[in-house]
Amino acid sequence: MYNDKVLEHFKNPHNVGEMENPDGYAEVGSSECGDTMKMYLRVDDNIITDIKYKTYGCCAAIASSSIATDMAKGRTIEEAEAMTKSDIIKELGGLPEKKIHCSLMAEDALKAAINDYKSRK
Amino acid sequence: MGIYLDHAATTYTDERVLEAMLPYFKDVFGNASSAHGYGQEAERGVGIARQQVADAIGAKRDEVYFTSGGTESDNWAIKGAAEAAKKGHIVTSAVEHHAVLDTCKYLETRGFDVTYLPADGSGLISADSVAGAIRDDTVLVSIMFANNEVGTLMPIREIGQIARARGVLFHTDAVQAIGHVPIDVDALGIDMLSLSAHKFYGPKGAGALYIRHGTGIAKFMHGGAQEKDMRASTLNTPGIVGLGAAIELAAAEREQNNAHEAVLAKRLRDGLLALPMTKLNGHETSRLPGNVNITFRGIEGEALMIHLDLEGIAVSTGSACTSGSTSPSYVLLAMGLSTVDARAAIRFTVGRGNTAQDIDTVIEKTKNVAERLREISPLFAQYKGDKKYV
Ligand code: FES
Repeated sequence: MYNDKVLEHFKNPHNVGEMENPDGYAEVGSSECGDTMKMYLRVDDNIITDIKYKTYGCCAAIASSSIATDMAKGRTIEEAEAMTKSDIIKELGGLPEKKIHCSLMAEDALKAAINDYKSRK
Repeated sequence: MGIYLDHAATTYTDERVLEAMLPYFKDVFGNASSAHGYGQEAERGVGIARQQVADAIGAKRDEVYFTSGGTESDNWAIKGAAEAAKKGHIVTSAVEHHAVLDTCKYLETRGFDVTYLPADGSGLISADSVAGAIRDDTVLVSIMFANNEVGTLMPIREIGQIARARGVLFHTDAVQAIGHVPIDVDALGIDMLSLSAHKFYGPKGAGALYIRHGTGIAKFMHGGAQEKDMRASTLNTPGIVGLGAAIELAAAEREQNNAHEAVLAKRLRDGLLALPMTKLNGHETSRLPGNVNITFRGIEGEALMIHLDLEGIAVSTGSACTSGSTSPSYVLLAMGLSTVDARAAIRFTVGRGNTAQDIDTVIEKTKNVAERLREISPLFAQYKGDKKYV
């Protein structure tokens, strides 16, 4: 059902955790399944220097959070903001049809955390 | 090798069953409907299997009709009874298998009225609720013998008595129960019963529908005159012979198998419930011996299932037919679980081949995987310290 890359990220997810005094923070839920994700950003000079998350969700949600945070780390706010679920899915090498919404949760969390960062400035 | 704890989804075919089937692929390959020697030899095998099934459920041989499995048997029983009645009301439950539920939903589009009885917190359908739901125009009661997800055993004898007293046909989907519970259709007041070989160490694609003499039911498949002109199609002789052999073995070895499963299931249940924030789903005592269904709070079930699979342990979330979808188990929701708790449930079903060593490995691995997933989960931190979840 899942490819090896998805399973690898699921088994050993990167960037898991929380952050004290983040520069941006958001908690989002999937309207489809009710699963949730919290995301924390550290931003220096418009660049995401650190990123952490906690995810309650399926295999696809955990793998998506892992790879999306890998992708966002080191990017500028504008670059990270432009990331979509299709980028995440592509990077994962594909997800089953019914699991597309799980990657959307990662996209939403990242966008919401960036919005929070912007609103604090 | 891996550890298989998904016996409610399907079982392997017993070596002895396979032995019995093999000649029917090549040497005894005749069409059981043919009048020549080849056909008659195949028909003898089918006749023996029919007697084996009949004996296992206390039926007469000519009340057993072979089908392709549980789903077909359920479809036939319900649609067949509905078609014969032409119109009316059906009583079933909210925790039936999809083969029953979706068939009833289909019949609603055909003008039938259906009552879906709610389950209580343990998954039980009370006989009283069945009695209360029967109306003057009720033509069929269909209640499963044991639930496939939580293993809860239904009060079939009482329901059978009620249906009989009210003159309503009673069908039961006994797919999960048949290998585990002694069944006598007369004593239990059952008019129709569905069963499937692959749930008790027989082959896939072979099942049966028991239809009591005199039951008004329409034929299901049109074509040849097989199965007393009720279900056309060339008989699946290897599958049927396998079904017969498997049901005979299941009956003969039931007590020994049940005892083995019960010991292992208890070990598993105790071990898993000792982990933090877990709870048992289903009935405390009135359940299939090998079923252990546990909610691991703060963990999404599919994540736990896939993780265990990567460790070589096969379990299930929801029923096999619905996993892959993201919706929580409708059975657990019908039992009153919250969406989060329903999505955090895992079904372990123990079988003949499992050992105490397997169970200990599974407890250990589940513990580790649950801890890892809880580190990732934002819910766990929320639950911690909340007494109601400990
Ligand atoms: S099913 Fe909810 S995140 Fe995948």
